[in-house]
Amino acid sequence: MLVINSYYSRRVWLMLLLVAALSYCWLGNISLGDWAPEATATEQTDVAQANTTIDITARVSAEGALSVSEPALVPAPTPSRKDYPDVGVSSRSIVWVVAQMHLFFGALVLAVPIFVLVIELLGVSSGDPRYDDMAHEFMKISITAYSITALFGGSLALALFLLYPDFMAYMMRVFGAQMLVYAVLFFLESIVLYIYYYGWDALRYGNAKWVHLSLGLLLNAVGATLMVVANSWATFMMAPSGVNEVGAVIGNIWELMKGPLWNPINLHRFIANIAFGGAVVGAYAAYKCLAAETVEARAHYDWMGYTSNFIAILAFLPLPFAGYWLMAEIYAYSQQMGITAMGGILAWLFIVQAVLIGTILLAGNYYLWSGMSRTVGSRRYQGFIKYIAAVLVVCFLIWVTPHTLILTSSEIAALGGSYHHLLGPLGIMPAKNIAVNLMLIFTFMSFQLYRRSDKVAIVWWATAGNAVMIAIYVVAVANIIFAGVYYGYFTNTVYKVGSSVMQVVSTLTVIISGVVIDAFMYRGAKTIPSHWGQVSNRSQYALFALPIAFTWLMALMGYVRSSVRTHWHVYTVMKDTSPDNFIPSIGYAGNMMTIVTIMFVLFVLFMFWIANLSGTKQVLPMALPVTKGNAKEARGVLCYERRD
Amino acid sequence: MNAEIKPVSGVLFKSLGFSLVLALLFTLVANLLPQVEGEAPVEQAVDLSSLTVESFSALGERLFAGKGTCALCHNTLGRAPDILALDMQIISAEHLQDQRYQGNADDTESYLRESMLDPGIYVVKGFGKKGSNDSVSPMPAVNKPPIELSEIEVNAVIAYLQAKDGNEVTVPLPSEAPAATVQQVSPTVLADTVEAVVTKYGCQACHRMLGSGGDLGPDLGKIGDRLSSDKIRQSIIDPNAVIVEGFSAGVMPDDLAGKMLVKELELMVTYLASGEKPVPPPESGITSTTVGTTR
Repeated sequence: MLVINSYYSRRVWLMLLLVAALSYCWLGNISLGDWAPEATATEQTDVAQANTTIDITARVSAEGALSVSEPALVPAPTPSRKDYPDVGVSSRSIVWVVAQMHLFFGALVLAVPIFVLVIELLGVSSGDPRYDDMAHEFMKISITAYSITALFGGSLALALFLLYPDFMAYMMRVFGAQMLVYAVLFFLESIVLYIYYYGWDALRYGNAKWVHLSLGLLLNAVGATLMVVANSWATFMMAPSGVNEVGAVIGNIWELMKGPLWNPINLHRFIANIAFGGAVVGAYAAYKCLAAETVEARAHYDWMGYTSNFIAILAFLPLPFAGYWLMAEIYAYSQQMGITAMGGILAWLFIVQAVLIGTILLAGNYYLWSGMSRTVGSRRYQGFIKYIAAVLVVCFLIWVTPHTLILTSSEIAALGGSYHHLLGPLGIMPAKNIAVNLMLIFTFMSFQLYRRSDKVAIVWWATAGNAVMIAIYVVAVANIIFAGVYYGYFTNTVYKVGSSVMQVVSTLTVIISGVVIDAFMYRGAKTIPSHWGQVSNRSQYALFALPIAFTWLMALMGYVRSSVRTHWHVYTVMKDTSPDNFIPSIGYAGNMMTIVTIMFVLFVLFMFWIANLSGTKQVLPMALPVTKGNAKEARGVLCYERRD
Repeated sequence: MNAEIKPVSGVLFKSLGFSLVLALLFTLVANLLPQVEGEAPVEQAVDLSSLTVESFSALGERLFAGKGTCALCHNTLGRAPDILALDMQIISAEHLQDQRYQGNADDTESYLRESMLDPGIYVVKGFGKKGSNDSVSPMPAVNKPPIELSEIEVNAVIAYLQAKDGNEVTVPLPSEAPAATVQQVSPTVLADTVEAVVTKYGCQACHRMLGSGGDLGPDLGKIGDRLSSDKIRQSIIDPNAVIVEGFSAGVMPDDLAGKMLVKELELMVTYLASGEKPVPPPESGITSTTVGTTR
């Protein structure tokens, strides 16, 4: 009976999942024309060109969508410098730190329930209770993060209202009731989160488990909605929509939200959050693995660390492609903004980005190579590691090679010009596109070899399957190098940009075909014993490197995203005239990023400590025999015992 | 399976130390890179009385690279026509003859103005927005946000684009502009202190002076001991006439004096010849006005 019920529950749950997914797709792709007053681009321009006193009551009423009269169009405020409160320290720095902390913890609390739900589902489908325990432990780690997120969120709102009153007044006027919706969602998120976490053991088996999974799904749906709502504020500031040239609102809430950068940012943040969340909980597992006092505990946390690293790297691999889409949309919206980010004043920080991503990939690969020591089956592949490492290091060095160098006269004379005749060509994008794609492909190769190391394929076509896989690697690598060199150096810019699509397709082909081929080739494969915990201590430090690099990288990308607005609060419609309305240098920004990263690490340690504290029980003290020397202590113990 | 093992000692401090060192390493990389700040345009007082066609086009050149952000795309990287390598009089004539041209311009000046104020009227083949078949320009109108060049600033850029190839400058000088307009913008900023001149022309990028600077050019701190005022003036006007041993010819721009106002040039000559002693600012006599430039 239980089996039948579970079967039907599973069907109901899958239908629920499908409905939720379709609802999201519908929300994401909904035609705004169905909702918005039918103002054509020309009409909007007309409204914009007319001044700011036009009353749109008649137009809105005619649509019948709103019965309340709209106020006259009000432009964005134009504050002068004296309108910004001076609190003695840089207002931007205060907001920078608080906002970044809120975003770090927000990313964590949104990401963890995503992969927790997947792991929980895996536990149900496999019947292995270890998955359920691990999912529960992931939630236990991150539950404190929710409160910390809320604290920093409240602080951020307070700081913004205090330090940027005109800007916040404008944003409140533009988004209005949507911000109340956000607050309601926040309450809903809290309620569902606490029921999901504290109801874990109460809803663990049979139909109750499906209720619990549904709660997890609801939690993620609310969390994702919160994220996309908040994203709409950030993307409105970068590429405003639904307002006229002077910032007066002329569209409805959907038009305001669905700017050209909204969906690219939504996707990019969704994926990046998962990678970030995986990396943070991986650090927890690494810490516990190193501090383990029993073989069993070390094995458990080694497995947990591996799973976390798997989540982080798996989410990280498609991230550059989401980033590519975002940058393409930025260029499409404003070529000037795109060039400011990629080829202008901010171009140098992509060297730092290369260092960070290089660190992530090298740490991720090193962890996989170290993990091969868990099984003797990995000896077949250990010979490949040095070649993979060599490719990764060479590509990393190409990626960090700058194009324009700051040189002294003697250095210019020694070089024979501003660019080195050999290294100069490595400083431009085509070389870097080759490098990053090869790094992704070879990271996938490390992962594939690791996954294969404790298995032996027994299907009849295993040799042919391997040959096909090798051929795909060879063709993809050749294609990436050819496209990069030929189109990058021997054609004009238009083809140069187009060639990167060809390279991305090659990389994705390797990853997708690798997953598919292995899924079929290793079905029913002979397994070689793998011993969790049998891994070097040094490998665990790779799991510390990942969250540090991810955190710094998030801060860096936040700096870019904000800076491309240059001296505008809301690009083109509301100027920033505060004392901090310039783009800070990369050195100053780097110092800020390290400050927030260290603050984040300290708060995360607190979070881990709380998680451990909740599972710590004081040992019942034994009654001590009363002697002359310990009378006081013994009485205390007895009192304690009596109270209990 | 539950056998005890010895945990790694000091895990907390080791993991914290490792994380801190890694974060500091990233900070080091960020601080090793060239440190550039992106300044917002600021309004500055300018001297209309000293305005000439040359200084007006020099202002246009600064706007082209600065507030106008033209050089972001119009460069050698192929994102937009490389205006600096093209003779705009010839190019304008060619485009006006093109059958695709639908605008109202009839000469170089009006074509350039139209291109800046309404770039979509004529998109040069191969430079339209992706997928638009060269019917939509990626260039923003320069008189609107985020660039917001004023009418006089637009004229200054046109003057520069005409003058750079030795063509006749046909745009009016802003001194003829109505008073109300002049209050908003103007062409040339007079730097009235040594520090302002040094900042304005970026002397410290190559020369050490006022206690700091680069080493691409000679140290100017004690140049007054070696060179007379006339020699200093000559070195600014024609920097390649005499090259100090150990330095390369062609590094210092030879059009610097063409951009400097006379008062600025004399202020610097007096200052350098005196061995970096304070000098009084030049008499102003300025018609008060402002210009959009970058700090």
